Amino acid sequence: MNSLGIFLTLTVFYVFSKIYEKKKAFYLNPVLLSIVTIALILKGFKIEYSLYMESARILSFLLGPAVVSLAIPLYKQRMIIKKYAKEISIGVALGGLTAILSAFYIAKALGGDEAVLLSIAPKSVTTAIAIGVSEKIGGIPALTAVLVILTGILGNAIGVEILDMARIRDRVARGLAMGISSHGLGTARIILNDELSGAVSGLGMALNGIFTSLVLPYLIRFLK
Amino acid sequence: MYRGLAIIFTFLFIGEGVERLFNLPIPGNVIGLILLTFALLLGIVRLEDVEKEAELFVKNMSIMFIPPGVGIILYWELIKDQAIPIFGALLFSFLFTLLLTAKLVEFLGRRENE
Repeated sequence: MNSLGIFLTLTVFYVFSKIYEKKKAFYLNPVLLSIVTIALILKGFKIEYSLYMESARILSFLLGPAVVSLAIPLYKQRMIIKKYAKEISIGVALGGLTAILSAFYIAKALGGDEAVLLSIAPKSVTTAIAIGVSEKIGGIPALTAVLVILTGILGNAIGVEILDMARIRDRVARGLAMGISSHGLGTARIILNDELSGAVSGLGMALNGIFTSLVLPYLIRFLK
Repeated sequence: MYRGLAIIFTFLFIGEGVERLFNLPIPGNVIGLILLTFALLLGIVRLEDVEKEAELFVKNMSIMFIPPGVGIILYWELIKDQAIPIFGALLFSFLFTLLLTAKLVEFLGRRENE
């Protein structure tokens, strides 16, 4: 095994996260910039993806325990779930379905291939879970990963502004909408505005991840 | 340290086992997440036994997306050909989901306060 993949991923990500720490602008998202930079390096030096993945796979393997670990923030926020049980359960179910169906049918209406439809369906779910769901339903996990991150960046960049324009004041509604539509990156933004919205957003993200992975593999059979 | 890691990987392993055993289309790690949540709620696992290790994984999740994301170089042509459905669906589905969820939840909350 060679250490190229680990070396590239760690150093490139380190540099971009340092830049992001200095200037927290949405277009400086360190994950997206790292993906683009590493992709360009592999292309430029004609390095095969499989050679890069030999050691980089160790990092993506850790997504398994990381997804399991999401149980901890979920458990710690159980009081908020109890308090807003109705809003959260209905919001996650209908918001989660809207995210899947709208992505699928808009892409279809615009002439998307089946591989694209399957890859975009889980785009609102947190990346770690979306990658696994995409794999399960026959999508392209790499495409899903990038689409999920782009969705998150969109939420991070304009989500709060759109909620303001639509005059949504309810803090629970704002948080849930952000977490369900744009997962962790949306949560990172709304938490700066309001702590309750941020907590609800994180819950919306985790619960929508669970909801989508339970529902989408069965739903997709009817959509195809 | 090792206690927390052992618990997390035990639940991951059980989740993957359940996935295979019942041939489920649900990712094993999500099954592990659900089972660990219930184990915490039922008091089978204590929060302080896994808290630090779990937060380490959750906090450092971003770097783990990079290797699968780089796989995008294998699909360059597909993205070029399908740019309109991909980015059209991305933007409009995001806006639609955000606004519909917000309006719905606001409506639910408002009725309760009346």
